[in-house]
Amino acid sequence: MTHDEALFQFLLRMGDNTLILGHRVSEWCGHSPVLEEDIALANTALDLIGQTQFWLGLAGEVEGQGRSADDLAFHRDAWDFRNLLLVELPNGDFGQTLMRQFLFDAYQSVLLGRLISSSDERVAAIAAKASKEVAYHVERSADTVVGLGDGTEESHARMQAALDYLWPYVGEMFTGDEVDAAMADTGIAPDPASLQEDFNVLISRVMGEATLSVPNAKYSHKGGRSGVMHTEHLGHLLTSMQWLQRAYPGAAW
Amino acid sequence: MDKPTTDQVWAWLDEVPDPEIPVISLVDLGIIRGVEWQGDTLEIAVTPTYSGCPATSVINLDIVTALGAKGVDKVRLRQQIAPPWTTDWLSDKGREKLEKYGIAPPQAAGGPARCPQCGGEDLERVSQFGSTPCKASWRCRTCLEPFDYFKCI
Repeated sequence: MTHDEALFQFLLRMGDNTLILGHRVSEWCGHSPVLEEDIALANTALDLIGQTQFWLGLAGEVEGQGRSADDLAFHRDAWDFRNLLLVELPNGDFGQTLMRQFLFDAYQSVLLGRLISSSDERVAAIAAKASKEVAYHVERSADTVVGLGDGTEESHARMQAALDYLWPYVGEMFTGDEVDAAMADTGIAPDPASLQEDFNVLISRVMGEATLSVPNAKYSHKGGRSGVMHTEHLGHLLTSMQWLQRAYPGAAW
Repeated sequence: MDKPTTDQVWAWLDEVPDPEIPVISLVDLGIIRGVEWQGDTLEIAVTPTYSGCPATSVINLDIVTALGAKGVDKVRLRQQIAPPWTTDWLSDKGREKLEKYGIAPPQAAGGPARCPQCGGEDLERVSQFGSTPCKASWRCRTCLEPFDYFKCI
């Protein structure tokens, strides 16, 4: 794998995470329990899609095949996506959506904090931009996890169930491969394992306030970042997200 | 026509309203990062407020249209994301206009200083997110009116 091939894979991972989660969160538009939450989720989705344009735009530039961010978003099939399995999981109830959001925001805020000092100034610039937005996301998702976790018996039970369900998808965030090694060697991105300590500190604090127990299970589902084994859910998401560009290639307005 | 000076171009851009908050100009908002002649082409550096702000494409169109109306036909827009936009770049004039319009301007403390309607200082946050990516929803406990707060980033 050449340096640019590794960098391309890394950028797809960044852009596919924000794209797929952005699309998932946008599915709540018009369906949230209260208006303020609807607006908050739509705004979060918008930030994520905006960040996708930067990450996938740079990915296309590095790849050098003339593919734009839109080409990468709408004209790849499931096996070419490099997002974490966590972000493609269905929304579930509102609590599960916010738990998934918090787990991702916690990871993303730690990762972007390191990427701000990336040796690649293009990566550093996107990270600096995105980290300002993610600071708002993580503040809100953490507050909501605490509010619902330390809420009623019903909301507490749902949040604990969401955490139990989603936790086995967290390990993938910190499992490195040869792409990560190449990025770490050149100072472009940190070794994923090095993010875990800061992530754990944040998770422990918030779950403590939320009166939720982090599961002990060590097993983790993997295959999203490498594209080797996505869940069945990604294909269904893509059929909805990519439908228009598949049916009418190049349609613009 | 003679090439207008860059100072003249800045003055023209200060008359182009933000499409979402039309009381302030693009210059007030701090998103115009550079105006430069490159040969016979005028290059304008524009930075986005939020990554996904849907107003971005309208803003780009408005810049080209406004300059075209002044006779500048060769305009090139350059997106510049570093350093990232900060509300510190809002002009003082822009901050005053925002407040008169009913949007509390950003404060380093992280929340509005007073209600833009009645001036009350007993405030509560409704949501960190509001009607556009750059705003949060707040409420005044004195006059009981909700209002937008321009988030500090």
